[in-house]
Amino acid sequence: MGKWTRRGFIAAGVLSGGVLAVGVGIREGHRAPKLAGLVADEDETLINVWVKLSRDNTITAIVPHSEMGQGVFTSMAQMLADEMDADWEKVTFEQAPAHEAYANYPLGREFIMGDATVPGFVQDSLNGGFLRIAQSMGLQITGGSTAVRFTGMGGMRIAGAAAREMIVKAAAKTWNVSATELRTENSYVFADSMGLSAPYSDFALQAGKYAPPTQPKLKSPDQYTLMGTSVPRVDIPSKTDGTAEFGIDVDLPGMKYAAVMGPPVLGAMTQGVDDTYARDMPGVIKILDKGSFVAVVADGYWQAENAIRQLTVTWSETGAEQLTHEDIFQKMRAAMDAAGDKGEKDVTVGNVQRAMANAARVYEAEYTVPFLAHAAMEPLNATAWVRDGKVDLWSGLQNPLAVRDEIAAALDVKKHDVTIHNVMLGGGFGRRSNADYPLMAVEIAKEFTHPVKMIWSREQDTQQDWYRPASVSRFKAALDADGMPLSWDNLFTEKHDPPEASHIPYKIDNQLIHYANAEHHIRFGPWRSVDHTQHGFFIESFVDELADQAGMDGYTYRRKLLAHSPRYTKVLDTAAEAAGWGREVPDGRGLGIALVDSFGTVVAQVVEVDVTGPEPRVVHVWCAADPGYAMNPDGFIAQIESGIIYGLTAALYGEITIENGAVVQSNFHDYPMLRMDQAPEISVEIINSGEKVGGGGEPGTPPIAPALANAVFAATGVRVRSQPIANFMQGLS
Amino acid sequence: MAEIRFKVNGEDTVVDTDPSTPLLWVLREQLKLNGTKFGCGIAQCGACTVHLNGTPVRSCSTALAAAEGAEITTIEGVAGADGARHKVQAAWIEHQVPQCGYCQSGQIMSAVALLRDNPDPSDEDIDAAMRGNICRCGAYGRIRAAIKSAARA
Repeated sequence: MGKWTRRGFIAAGVLSGGVLAVGVGIREGHRAPKLAGLVADEDETLINVWVKLSRDNTITAIVPHSEMGQGVFTSMAQMLADEMDADWEKVTFEQAPAHEAYANYPLGREFIMGDATVPGFVQDSLNGGFLRIAQSMGLQITGGSTAVRFTGMGGMRIAGAAAREMIVKAAAKTWNVSATELRTENSYVFADSMGLSAPYSDFALQAGKYAPPTQPKLKSPDQYTLMGTSVPRVDIPSKTDGTAEFGIDVDLPGMKYAAVMGPPVLGAMTQGVDDTYARDMPGVIKILDKGSFVAVVADGYWQAENAIRQLTVTWSETGAEQLTHEDIFQKMRAAMDAAGDKGEKDVTVGNVQRAMANAARVYEAEYTVPFLAHAAMEPLNATAWVRDGKVDLWSGLQNPLAVRDEIAAALDVKKHDVTIHNVMLGGGFGRRSNADYPLMAVEIAKEFTHPVKMIWSREQDTQQDWYRPASVSRFKAALDADGMPLSWDNLFTEKHDPPEASHIPYKIDNQLIHYANAEHHIRFGPWRSVDHTQHGFFIESFVDELADQAGMDGYTYRRKLLAHSPRYTKVLDTAAEAAGWGREVPDGRGLGIALVDSFGTVVAQVVEVDVTGPEPRVVHVWCAADPGYAMNPDGFIAQIESGIIYGLTAALYGEITIENGAVVQSNFHDYPMLRMDQAPEISVEIINSGEKVGGGGEPGTPPIAPALANAVFAATGVRVRSQPIANFMQGLS
Repeated sequence: MAEIRFKVNGEDTVVDTDPSTPLLWVLREQLKLNGTKFGCGIAQCGACTVHLNGTPVRSCSTALAAAEGAEITTIEGVAGADGARHKVQAAWIEHQVPQCGYCQSGQIMSAVALLRDNPDPSDEDIDAAMRGNICRCGAYGRIRAAIKSAARA
């Protein structure tokens, strides 16, 4: 508990003057008036940046994150309301405007920095990495599973507690009693000794005059009333009757529609557009050659899309026109060969070379993963209106503030003349952290005085993505006579974020973890759990191979290597017990296990696979997850289930290939998704260890691919060293 | 251009447009019924599912001409006349099914049709009726549970 409070205090203290400090907008001479104008309506008193109290005693949590399915509005409001002793029935939420005061830059810093377990000697490079990310990903980030663990723990809770203290202070002054004689419940203040009670709103004006406390007292778990309960999500009813408004649903007067087309070979530029057939097609208003893409604006989207398919575009040569994905893998292997044992260092512990010299034997393996697209259900879209030097943009964005800044720069207007209207995201998974598509919408709309809604076809969405990188990973382990590892040597390609993704949870005395990146033209994008997706598969597959070399099962071997960590051991044990690890399974079935610590949450999964059909079928996934403390248990379980299906889809079917420099796949017929009949039963057990609170959106994804691959080995005796696994299995038959 | 007459959620409707236009874009852009979603454009994902004379169809790949004289039901039309939620919608809330929610209009339209034709579906029936609807948030387990719960309601 002390640790959480200290974290909260750091967020409120050290970061004060930044975005997290409680009441940053309130102090005299600060940006309070400007900020108040942004978030306060008439009859509302702004008492700090994350909470609004209305005259009717309703409380509005201002959530500086985007809702893309993770229930962020609910969990943020829940954390705020609990600390505030608020009446949950009278708590609503509002999405924070794209404004510096809401930037969670320090949260991004925390995201990159990880926690204190990151070795000190890499801190400098982490800082470098952080600055790079901060520049590229910008400021108001939804991603990195940061909402609950940073904004919630460091912001919402402190805001709620501070707000409550300020209201109590105001009540004490109004009633002329000591604050210690007051108690709060359901958005009311009570002075029991005097028989007085009044709603919070009675004290809002007075409370707004105080500087907020910098160290409000937070509740301990035994005092929680809302945190730790499965409060139903506030956004769900609107998602069952068609009323939830996504970016694609934005409707403005006089609005026209745009279809777009980017270069088949990423990075190419237009060298001519033949619109002979398209220009006279029904509804077509204008055909735009924008250099890096072309657009057709029409009365309706279908007309625009039909016309754009009739354009003949000549694209410049980039030099990548002959490349295939196999060529890119070759480049990666060449970079690794060239690096030898001198790759860029990630982790150096002990002396790997000496361990090799003392080894009973050395075991090696190489793994690969393919490129992956994000394939959010809602194709990318943005609606822009550019007039009178002002820009309005409506879009589902994971990073609205950075988008605002990029638009201001691109159109040479002032930042405050750009207004971002962030709406619900039909899936993000990292794709909607990029500013490419809103910028395209603005580039189109600036040619008109009316608004334009740009919608990407599914084909564009698949072929103009920022991809989960393909990568290669090589392992070399020195083993003792019992098969236990004396050393761990891992050389890999495609180092991105978070920096600790390649680190291992196992105690091995000698480690060399290093990388060699190869240049290629397929652009990198953060994809649910980022580097953990590939490293989870690489590390947990290789550990399983070592277990087999030692003549042990995957669970027993891992348990030996995790003996130093009661937390990891408990998570592993919980998953294994739930699955009945060690039991007999029918012929053609197998159990596989994996454990990954990502975004502060430790997750172990056991997969039962059936390989008797034409492709492997996952029957059941048993999952144990330790997020420190699950704020909304059912919401957390839903996130883990989602992460498992997302990762399982990729593990079984996901593969973007490159031919002639271009992405081959285009839609769900050739980039297939897991469907209802292929979905396994999933059982999730939460462990509230009391450790620092971790994320929920991403940690379910990394362990599923290796758990499946290891189950396939148990069922078939064949090691899966590449993905997608369905293809790999077909190659065997 | 041609005048096409049909019923949408019980209301007589006339649109004057190219009859080859997919029903999806007529519903969304002309009738402003935005609950029906665009996902793939080639009848692969089910996000655009509506009922045409009671049968679930993919409106992205159904020409407006096919709706001539037909009764179309969209997500906006599944609640009761008194505005009460359909039992499938209620079960969706009970089981906290939606995450991003984008595919859910289509999921619900498929589930409503399934339960109307088959009040007590088996797991295999659910697989067959729902495998045309992709959910990238992976809510399949909750969808299955919600359908079973709605069947009992």
